[in-house]
Amino acid sequence: MSRARDRLPAVLVLAPSVLAVGVFVYGFIGWTAYVSLSGWTSFVPDLSFVGLRNYAELFRTFRFQADLRNTVVFTLSFLAACLVLGFLLAVLLDQRVRGEAVFRNVFLFPMSISFIVTGVVWQWLLNPSTGINLLLDHVGLGALRSPWYTEPRIAIFSVVLAATWQLSGFTMAMYLAGLRGIPEELLEAARVDGASEWALYRYVVVPLLAPVTLSAVIVLGHISLKIFDLVFAMTGSGPAFSTDVPGVFMFETTFRGNRFAEGAAIAIVMLLLVAVLIVPYLWFTTRQEART
Amino acid sequence: MTLAEAALPRPATRTVTPRVRWGRVLVYGALLLFAAFYLMPVYVLVVNGLKSFREVSLSRMWALPADLSVDSFAAAYARLRPNVLNSVRLVVPATVLAAVVGSLNGYVLAHWKFRGADLLFPLLLFGMFIPYQSVLIPLVQFLQWAGQTLGVQLYGTIAGLVLVHVVYGIPITTLIFRNYYATIPADLVEAARIDGAGFAGIYRHVVLPLSAPALVVVAIWEFTAVWNEFLFAVTITSHPARQPVTVALQNLAGSQIVEWNVQMAGALLAALPTLLVYIFLGRFFLRGLLAGALKG
Repeated sequence: MSRARDRLPAVLVLAPSVLAVGVFVYGFIGWTAYVSLSGWTSFVPDLSFVGLRNYAELFRTFRFQADLRNTVVFTLSFLAACLVLGFLLAVLLDQRVRGEAVFRNVFLFPMSISFIVTGVVWQWLLNPSTGINLLLDHVGLGALRSPWYTEPRIAIFSVVLAATWQLSGFTMAMYLAGLRGIPEELLEAARVDGASEWALYRYVVVPLLAPVTLSAVIVLGHISLKIFDLVFAMTGSGPAFSTDVPGVFMFETTFRGNRFAEGAAIAIVMLLLVAVLIVPYLWFTTRQEART
Repeated sequence: MTLAEAALPRPATRTVTPRVRWGRVLVYGALLLFAAFYLMPVYVLVVNGLKSFREVSLSRMWALPADLSVDSFAAAYARLRPNVLNSVRLVVPATVLAAVVGSLNGYVLAHWKFRGADLLFPLLLFGMFIPYQSVLIPLVQFLQWAGQTLGVQLYGTIAGLVLVHVVYGIPITTLIFRNYYATIPADLVEAARIDGAGFAGIYRHVVLPLSAPALVVVAIWEFTAVWNEFLFAVTITSHPARQPVTVALQNLAGSQIVEWNVQMAGALLAALPTLLVYIFLGRFFLRGLLAGALKG
């Protein structure tokens, strides 16, 4: 049977998509990279080549330095919160509880909601004069009141709290699937050998779930490195840029300030941050798949 | 075993000894406490949305409404209605087109392996992880250029947003369909080929009839992603009458003159369609999420 005759339609079907992604992803990234090396800093396009000047200026500005610090703090604390909370919820749900499906859905539903909705709601919940502070007063825990996003030193953690509310269900679902994949005999064998429940989780379960942890870190990590909507809707830049992130800076610089070259430079830095995380992962997973 | 199957409860084998009874109290106590945390924003949205304007006050945010009223929802709906319709006009064609394109691409990549496909696929997938800020400036230029030179109004229109979502949806929809079609046995495809079916015939008679599960996952994924999207929407549509609901909600929330209970009712309205999809089709939703971790 000749397959060659059918090669052509196969190629023709795929070609538009390859062309579209080639232009809209790689071509546009290339153009953004070029703009970031140009002198286009007003409404009038100016594509004269200025080298790395925009980057040098960017890394010198207080706002961008704050953005990079915030990105690191946000990503690390958001990942830690999602991994710990997600694992805890998965272990709790794995204890053969009644109404497991109901709990699972309650922990997961925030994922289906827009970051804008989450931002609007949490802005009210963490408003220092009402929201959660008021609830704490009502239940006699007024001592736990916090200035939340109005205090520069802790403002970023208010956004972490909202982001964790929205996405920790994802790690819960992944860990739960992972836990269910561990053969019961393996756990039974460890118990027969006299392992305590703690030792069982510490030395058997957690190491076995390492691939799940890696996937969760990749997925949540790349979301948090490019976070924009949630911050934009909830706090904006915050007091003294305490909740500002590159995504917000890029948007305001480019589309509010018309400083296109600087905006492009911020975008390229964001892309490089994500690429450091994603490219090795993509390369490794697709290689691995090709071998099997 | 797929992750979705694995998430089903495992049958009871362990016997519960009386020793761990108080442990059960701890487990349920913790679960209920966490459930309260996740439901707290919903409580605030619903309770305050149902209060009459007379009754609404920030100091009584946590109190139940004395008498039910849908005034806040009516006010929010009056403001957001055109934008909700814009979102519908955006989401429906974007989802349908993305599913069609993804299905065809997935079919080619799963069953018509060609030289270079192993290199092409990861290059395609990279497109779903990029921060869209890194394509935004050329994208706006391109859409404006298309309007001026080709006479196709894409900048500032829902049609432009549809195009953008279909193009940037190619990686994930192709991935989901390809992984699903890879589970169709090669023997089945080979048998159809021996029977004389060609490229189109095999797709039409073998692959397409088996596509329903992947189609549902892709449709739900695209619907949710496009409905909730903000960055493209706010950059490409600047006229308030043309903006999708996420942008309108953001404007509503930033407004000093709109009452906060109307903002909350608006937030609930904007969240409702994807929330309903999640409630009724949640298990497919989860599969789409897990596909984001490159596992089908």
